[in-house]
Amino acid sequence: MEVLLALAAGVLYAAGIYLLLRRKFAQIIIGLGLLSNGTNLLIFTAGGLTRGGPPVIPEGSMELVPPYADPVPQALVLTAIVIGFGLLAFALVLAHRVHETLGTDDVDEVGRER
Amino acid sequence: MSSLVLPILVPLSTAAILMLAPKRPLLQRWIALTGSVVLLASAIALFDRVNTGGIQVIQIGGWPAPFGISLVADLLAAMLVVAVGVVGVAVTAAAFAGVDPRREAFGYHPLLQILLMGVAGAFLTGDLFNLYVFFEVMLVASFVLMALHRTSAQVEAAFKYVTINLIASSIFLTALGLLYGAAGTLNMADLAHVWPTMSTPGIDIVLAVLFLIAFSIKAGLFPLFFWLPASYHTPPAAIGAAFAGLLTKVGVYALIRTFTLLFHSASPMLFTLLLTMSVATMVIGLVAALNERDFRRILSFNLVAHIGYTTAGLSLFTPLALAGAIFYILHHIVVITNLFLVSGVLLRLRRTTDIAGLGGLYRSQPVFAVLAMIPIFSLAVVPPLSGFLGKLAIVEGTFAAGAYWVGGAVLVVGLLTLLSMARAWSDAFWRPPEGTRDMTTPGPALLATIAVLSLITIGMTFAAEPLFDLASRSSHQLLHRDEYVRAVLGGTR
Repeated sequence: MEVLLALAAGVLYAAGIYLLLRRKFAQIIIGLGLLSNGTNLLIFTAGGLTRGGPPVIPEGSMELVPPYADPVPQALVLTAIVIGFGLLAFALVLAHRVHETLGTDDVDEVGRER
Repeated sequence: MSSLVLPILVPLSTAAILMLAPKRPLLQRWIALTGSVVLLASAIALFDRVNTGGIQVIQIGGWPAPFGISLVADLLAAMLVVAVGVVGVAVTAAAFAGVDPRREAFGYHPLLQILLMGVAGAFLTGDLFNLYVFFEVMLVASFVLMALHRTSAQVEAAFKYVTINLIASSIFLTALGLLYGAAGTLNMADLAHVWPTMSTPGIDIVLAVLFLIAFSIKAGLFPLFFWLPASYHTPPAAIGAAFAGLLTKVGVYALIRTFTLLFHSASPMLFTLLLTMSVATMVIGLVAALNERDFRRILSFNLVAHIGYTTAGLSLFTPLALAGAIFYILHHIVVITNLFLVSGVLLRLRRTTDIAGLGGLYRSQPVFAVLAMIPIFSLAVVPPLSGFLGKLAIVEGTFAAGAYWVGGAVLVVGLLTLLSMARAWSDAFWRPPEGTRDMTTPGPALLATIAVLSLITIGMTFAAEPLFDLASRSSHQLLHRDEYVRAVLGGTR
């Protein structure tokens, strides 16, 4: 499972970076989205995968018995998803505004404008 | 105890109050100024506690250290939070000279407060993931402040700025994920405690380089600084001043923090890499500055070049060099903020900061010309202003560490800075005007702010000895991690 998720994260990074190197705004933004999701998957995988072990102390017991999943990476990923989502939404609006102002969605054209 | 939370809480509350008065610009200015003054006061109170009582720690929600989030203020963090307060007051006071009404209506003041909160939080947090969150708080505020406009140069700059910063954040987050996987904690003190025993050279260097790349983008180090001069000259001067004074310093601070706590025993290759990058940043930044003909772009490149001084001080990793770097950071925050405000006056007077449109200001605005001399020549490290003392300390540090070529590079770059700033001053102020006239007055609020910041610069010159003593103590604290670790992990105060 770890290998599969690691590969998936790698593919997301590769695709994200490829898209970041493209010239169209939309592609750059999709690239940023893929990159942030690849990162989320990486945090999740690097934190260690445990199946079916909620980190909850059972009724009547005083302590947690392994195996249980580490809740911290999940909390980190949750925070990162929210932040990434907000930033992506902002980047989309900004790209729309750039398109409105400069009338182009091509990074090279933007540079030529000045 | 509460004094640790206040520098974060005060700007947040100020922003919340500001949102209640959206349509009244004058009221907003007063609220923002009051909030910034309170922030400065709370920062000074915190600094006083840290200075007399040692490292201050608070565990948020009462969760003991490695499990909850700790806020930690050591001397470096406390001094930088005071600097945040100073910049906050300066920038909000400068708003009285007039802000573009559209910007003011769309949340200029609350966003600036959120920015201050993000910066203060980044300095005070004791948890790496929390540092990421405060980075994002600060970035989102800066994104909106930068993009609140529709001229083509400004939107273009904003898009570059947003993209490169999002990439840097992704790299930072990647490093955090891998670090958590390897160490099982992100609390800085806990990491400093466990990391040396559990890191393997392979993962250590990978993580160090990931952090180095992420923070170098934010700090503006070669070869990752090109976004900075491409964007910092476009927003209005007060925003540029806040960005230039604070944002890159957060990157430098994060580098200092991670390198002193985590990677102090990493391979020497890493420090050589950082040193090479710092020297390249200084030299290339200044050569580029000499090539510019726009006052604000000259400033941006000078800003980049001088970030190289501070990271060079860090990469030598000796107490003296690090103390020099800390002193230089404090000096630089005040001076570069002041210079961007000076560029705001130029912008008011001539509607441009291009050198071609300036000139003759010494005749038409003698008071402003003399005031502007202080930060300009302080940045140009003319003795006895504070820039000179900071650089002297760094040069001494490099020589003491045996890195003569770095010391030489610092000296050459200092000479080039003098050339660049002296040329900027003589072109803008001394040269006879070419038919351009002053459109309006410099704005008393801006002039007063510049005067106060210049006074602080002069004050830092006279108080150089106690200030350098503080920097030395702070560098000692950074290099002897035990005190930090014990303060955070030992007991929950």
